[in-house]
Amino acid sequence: MFGYEFMREAFIASTFIAITAGLVGVFVVSRNMSFLSHTLSEIGFAGASFGILIGISPLAGMILFTLVSSIAVGSLSSESSRREASISAISSLFIGLGILFLSLSSESSSYATNILFGSIVGISAKEVHQLLILAIFVILIFIIFYKPLSFDSFDHIGAQAAGLKTKLLSITFLITLALSVSIGAQIVGSLLVFVLLTLPAATAKYIVHSVPKMIIVSVGLSLIGVWLGLYLAFITNWPVTFFISTFEVIAYFLGLSYKNWRLSH
Amino acid sequence: MIKVENLSKRFGNQLVFENLNFQINDGDFISLVGPNGSGKTTLVKIIIGLEKPSSGTIQTSSQTIGYVPQFRNVDSDYPLSIEQFIRLNLKVTLNPEKRRQNNLLIKTILKRTGLTEIKDRPLGLASGGEKQKAYLAQALLNDPKILILDESTASLDVEVKTQLMDLVQELNHKYHITVIFITHDYDLTKKYTKKALLFKNKTIEPIDVQKVSKDMFEMEG
Ligand SMILES: Nc1ncnc2c1ncn2[C@@H]1O[C@H](COP(=O)(O)OP(=O)(O)OP(=O)(O)O)[C@@H](O)[C@H]1O
Ligand SMILES: [Mg+2]
Repeated sequence: MFGYEFMREAFIASTFIAITAGLVGVFVVSRNMSFLSHTLSEIGFAGASFGILIGISPLAGMILFTLVSSIAVGSLSSESSRREASISAISSLFIGLGILFLSLSSESSSYATNILFGSIVGISAKEVHQLLILAIFVILIFIIFYKPLSFDSFDHIGAQAAGLKTKLLSITFLITLALSVSIGAQIVGSLLVFVLLTLPAATAKYIVHSVPKMIIVSVGLSLIGVWLGLYLAFITNWPVTFFISTFEVIAYFLGLSYKNWRLSH
Repeated sequence: MIKVENLSKRFGNQLVFENLNFQINDGDFISLVGPNGSGKTTLVKIIIGLEKPSSGTIQTSSQTIGYVPQFRNVDSDYPLSIEQFIRLNLKVTLNPEKRRQNNLLIKTILKRTGLTEIKDRPLGLASGGEKQKAYLAQALLNDPKILILDESTASLDVEVKTQLMDLVQELNHKYHITVIFITHDYDLTKKYTKKALLFKNKTIEPIDVQKVSKDMFEMEG
């Protein structure tokens, strides 16, 4: 399958997407932000169609929208119940906007399906380069802030008590989350990028008990998911997202059963 | 040493306390008592710099403070093992010598807090007492000269309370760590501390623990 240029591009892109999503996902899950990452994907959809409408790239539109809204959410109320309510209100608005932007733009509707559901053929060499740069940026941020970010994400109150600058860490994290959503959506689609951002990490949480091990398991599961998805999509011509989400969901339930089995032994 | 002068705190219009004046000396083991909502946690947050005072000053002789907060977000699904949870508070280092020292430190602290045997158990599955020990162990990593425990013994049974307090007392005696112990527990206050600071009528006054009767303590604290 690597005889095809587009498959090589898709393979490189999805490898990096899986690494960033698996890595960032560990922190999404430990910060209880699965819901926010879901909303950000919907906002990303609106951003992408906005990008198409005004003639910048969908990726740029996505980054613009997700960055602005994640920072807005971060400075919004810190009380989580109120935040969830406002987040879901915002997300409904953005889905509406996304659909409006798309219908106003002259692009064909296949473009819309690509953004929403993902596609392995849509990606160009130039886009792959942009993806790589963004992914490497995200990974670097995590290497630099690994220790304080782990402390804050796995024990927010303890991190505050120890005098860490938790506000700054939170903003840093939200920026990387916005970027991961935007790059992930290029292959997996904005409707399902949150699958990669939450399920592998949630599975990891059930089977290992340290931050580095969770990262390894989570990245591993997302890599297997996207590679398997690409391969199966290539030979069956079915949507890649279908295979990825099926794999991650099965892994999740296996992880959960493993945990329950261990608890009863 | 912690020296507090004319300290007041308001949240908006609500006055929490005013004109606090007291001093805590090195090596003290004092309890901080007072009814719910009287401002104990708020005072501690001001001491460690998490909240700003509305007026007044606070001087600490630039010593490291280990703070064990009153509440924690640890549910039964919490994934990290006890040891990994404690390690969150370690400073990052790539230096192999420092890493070795860190590992040794973790070992010592696990042993001191009696957690060695269960160090690999997920913290979410630990009992209330084991969790409190883990929180204490994490705060001890910075080698604090002052240790602040915010109701760490609440919801523990008598035996485990005593275990935890014996441990804290040992830290106070052997390593001369200053201890500020927030509690509603008369018996523990009487058993472990001589001096106490009591929140009363929006200010604070020192009391002699041995002379205060249980009735008075419970009425006022
Ligand atoms: N961030 C805040 N904003 C507004 N009010 C606050 C805030 N933090 C505390 N308060 C108020 O300040 C008062 C003192 O609260 P604090 O938590 O310090 O009491 P406490 O003595 O620790 O009580 P408890 O024994 O229940 O732990 C309470 O009336 C509380 O509602
Ligand atoms: Mg309190």
